[in-house]
Amino acid sequence: MKIHHFLSLFSTYFLVDGVNIEDRAGQFFSSGHTNNWAVLVCTSRFWFNYRHVANTLSVYRSVKRLGIPDSHIVLMLADDMACNHRNPKPATVFSHKNMELNVYGDDVEVDYRGYEVTVENFLRILTGRLPPSTPRSKRLLSDDRSNILIYLTGHGGNGFLKFQDSEEISNVELADAFEQMWQKRRYNELLFIIDTCQGASMYERFYSPNLMALASSQVGEDSLSHQPDLAIGVHLMDRYTFYLLEFLEDIHPASKTNMNDLFKVCPKSQCVSTPGHRTDLFLRDPGSVLITDFFGSVRKVELTMETINLTDPIEQLESAESGELQKEMHTYADQLPVSEIIHQKPKQKDWHPPDGFILGLWTLILLVFFQTYGVKHLKHIF
Amino acid sequence: MKIRRAQQFVKYSDQPVMLKLKRGQLAALSIAAVVIIVGVPLWWRTTETYRAWLPVSQIKELAKLQLHLSADVEVVFARGTVTPEQQKKVPLTQTQNMEHRVDEDTALSYRYETRYRTATIMEEDALNQPTAAEADLSLHTLSESPSGSLVVYVIPESSSLLPQNVDVYIGQRRTALLRIGSQMRVGKTLEQLLAHMEPRIKQVLHVMSFSHTDITAALSNRVRISPGNKESIADSMRAFKSSPGYEITFSLLNPDPKSHRLHWDIEGAVETYIQPLLTKLSPVANFSIDSQTLYYAMLGVNPRFDSSRSTYTLNADSLAHVINPVEARLGSNAASSNPVLNFLLYIPDAHHSPLYIHDHKKQQVPTNAFHSPRWGGIMIIRQCWVYNVNEFYEVDTVFPVDINIDMAKVMGVFLAQLRLLLGVQSSTPPPGFLVAPCGNAGLADWELDRLMWSRSVENIATATTTITSLAQLLDQIGNIVINDNIAQQVSSAVTSLQLAVSELEAGNLGFALQYSKEAILSSERAFFDPSLLHLLYFPDDQKFAIYIPLFLPMCVPILLSLLKIVSEARQKHREKKPKKD
Repeated sequence: MKIHHFLSLFSTYFLVDGVNIEDRAGQFFSSGHTNNWAVLVCTSRFWFNYRHVANTLSVYRSVKRLGIPDSHIVLMLADDMACNHRNPKPATVFSHKNMELNVYGDDVEVDYRGYEVTVENFLRILTGRLPPSTPRSKRLLSDDRSNILIYLTGHGGNGFLKFQDSEEISNVELADAFEQMWQKRRYNELLFIIDTCQGASMYERFYSPNLMALASSQVGEDSLSHQPDLAIGVHLMDRYTFYLLEFLEDIHPASKTNMNDLFKVCPKSQCVSTPGHRTDLFLRDPGSVLITDFFGSVRKVELTMETINLTDPIEQLESAESGELQKEMHTYADQLPVSEIIHQKPKQKDWHPPDGFILGLWTLILLVFFQTYGVKHLKHIF
Repeated sequence: MKIRRAQQFVKYSDQPVMLKLKRGQLAALSIAAVVIIVGVPLWWRTTETYRAWLPVSQIKELAKLQLHLSADVEVVFARGTVTPEQQKKVPLTQTQNMEHRVDEDTALSYRYETRYRTATIMEEDALNQPTAAEADLSLHTLSESPSGSLVVYVIPESSSLLPQNVDVYIGQRRTALLRIGSQMRVGKTLEQLLAHMEPRIKQVLHVMSFSHTDITAALSNRVRISPGNKESIADSMRAFKSSPGYEITFSLLNPDPKSHRLHWDIEGAVETYIQPLLTKLSPVANFSIDSQTLYYAMLGVNPRFDSSRSTYTLNADSLAHVINPVEARLGSNAASSNPVLNFLLYIPDAHHSPLYIHDHKKQQVPTNAFHSPRWGGIMIIRQCWVYNVNEFYEVDTVFPVDINIDMAKVMGVFLAQLRLLLGVQSSTPPPGFLVAPCGNAGLADWELDRLMWSRSVENIATATTTITSLAQLLDQIGNIVINDNIAQQVSSAVTSLQLAVSELEAGNLGFALQYSKEAILSSERAFFDPSLLHLLYFPDDQKFAIYIPLFLPMCVPILLSLLKIVSEARQKHREKKPKKD
């Protein structure tokens, strides 16, 4: 039955105009993934790092628009810009000046917020070593047929990325985390994008297969921010992610753009820094990898050709012996016994010795007295 | 008095120089001794991480995985299939062994133990039934074959159980009926007869028992198999990986509650149709079922109107875009991390009904359903499966219209999709084979056996990979603390794995599956223990920066004094030498 289905796929190549069935059938088998996940992390706090939150939210927006559902996105924002006291337009995060595009939207689902964004939590998500009480939305439940997109942004240096202005993750730890993911087959292919200063140092140490990495700047270069908005008062986006967002806005779920176009995003003339990429660990040729393999979620479908003949009638579930429902008297528990409270007599307060402030005050007064009238009196007191 | 007191105590500065030097040397040597003998071991012990003992040697043994799979086959000759002289040599037992080396760490060996015997009187009576299905049923009532074994009944050509062009009938339990040709038995010895039957029996084993392709597909976690044909890739991508539990959700999508009021007896349907299958699959995994109704849930695609058939159609190409908009609204059980299978039933709204799916040849798909690998299935209701609805709504129809859904037909499709997603492969049987439709449980016994075999092998492969990579990880990173509970989980995983491999070799499929599940649970719990987080990478310059301010001020005087002692001793030795001459 299935052979007929596959044969018909190939034989109707000539009958369907415009859509290349053979290409798509080939693509079914070539990409090898059945679901998509995304882990988007913004690692810096404070109002002047508005642009890092805007970066992450714009990637989140693109990824959601192209089809990955919230249940498959782990969004980590280290600080809350939309509800920050200094935000002149509350509940918005803009990515273009003159407030053209609000990337905060109506249905943002942040999984890790504020101080929950730590190196430990990030590594726990990647390796899966979360405590058993962690809810589903905070876990990365990928399997060996998942393509994962990991996006990091913040302040970084040569070989490290700063989290929350107080700790850092090194490139060795990141490479080891990816190796543990590979050992447990927690991904099929992984795309790693980082937008920080000296971002290329973070992917230097990778050694697991099926990893592709992009960075916004080489070692020794700084990634620069794009444009400030005078009304909000901070820089809104980083250059690399700004042009990446522009590139992604042209992608729709059925587009055939491949990774080689992504490598060309933000050349040196626009970005000032030199974006870099690494594909030597990736098994497929980047020209055959579609953008939607990582940023979108194109499902593979098969038509169901078989059915099972069920002949038994549905058994009527016997209703419980509820001829007469037992009537029990239920009352609400009295959680706030108001009458007892208002009729309480005031309690006798126990006597406490005077606390430190009073003692200090007395000592001060005594010292001033003896200072004025002579120290020889002091020995009579103590 | 004063003078005597002064004489008793000689001032330090008046003591002879040699004594002073000796005292100084003694002090330096004793401090160095204390530092080296007491201080260094103390520092080493207190900065050591606690690492419980792990059975590393046993884990290394398990890394070289050698799986032996054995199946018992019984071949029963009915009356008229063997001549009396051939019958004298029966009963007979034969063993066949096949070895395969998958890669340098994994080896498989298959063993079929075939017993030949003649049929008993009761079995002969059972084989005299009019149809093959009834014969199968009465044979089953006679004896229950254990999990993993097979019985093949050889019937003469004159038998009317099977239709003309069919040679083999595969039943719902673990029996098969094989019809031999008449020319086979005349004037041939038993060995020639057996050799003639062998290809057919091999085919039966390939269908009903474990096959090399299935087992190697189950090892895909361990061995990165180069892609074979496209069908095998699609098969391996479709079924869910082995997991201790699954969640099944049935959703009814009603985009138009103003026009349709839907009634579906989901509780009764699940209890009658789905629950028998899940009960039968309970040795493999636990299942939890829930259901929901979603209102105003549209498909993301606009159907086109087909004027030739005056129905609305959805093209097969646009089906891929249907799932994503719906998935956001489906929800899932937040408490468990088990994989979720979603089954959706969509009732098209009044303006777009009736709605049919067309395949690439513009033919209507008979089931009107499609499924997505490792996700679930979606079905669009057909007009004929719904009671109390007109093909075209009359002008004066009172909305909303009550609609009762025929759950038997709906569940038939969902059950077929569920089988595919759980990995019950139904490949096309070879020519001349007739496979009985699976019973009301939705699963034949031999299909369950195949699933149990591939699940056991998959669990064992995954658990060994997990344990070996955990041992390797803990070995490489010396800073990770290994608690007692992790060591205990690892030990129990190793024990369960060894038991599972030995049970698989003995042919006890049920026990092998159970032990392999325990092994998976223990190994996953050990690997994913939250305390194993490696946050202890210190670059070398940081280590120097911490230890130098602590140890350098202390070590410099000690080292210098030791050096001074050594140089003085050497000088003394040199002074003595000329005297010897």
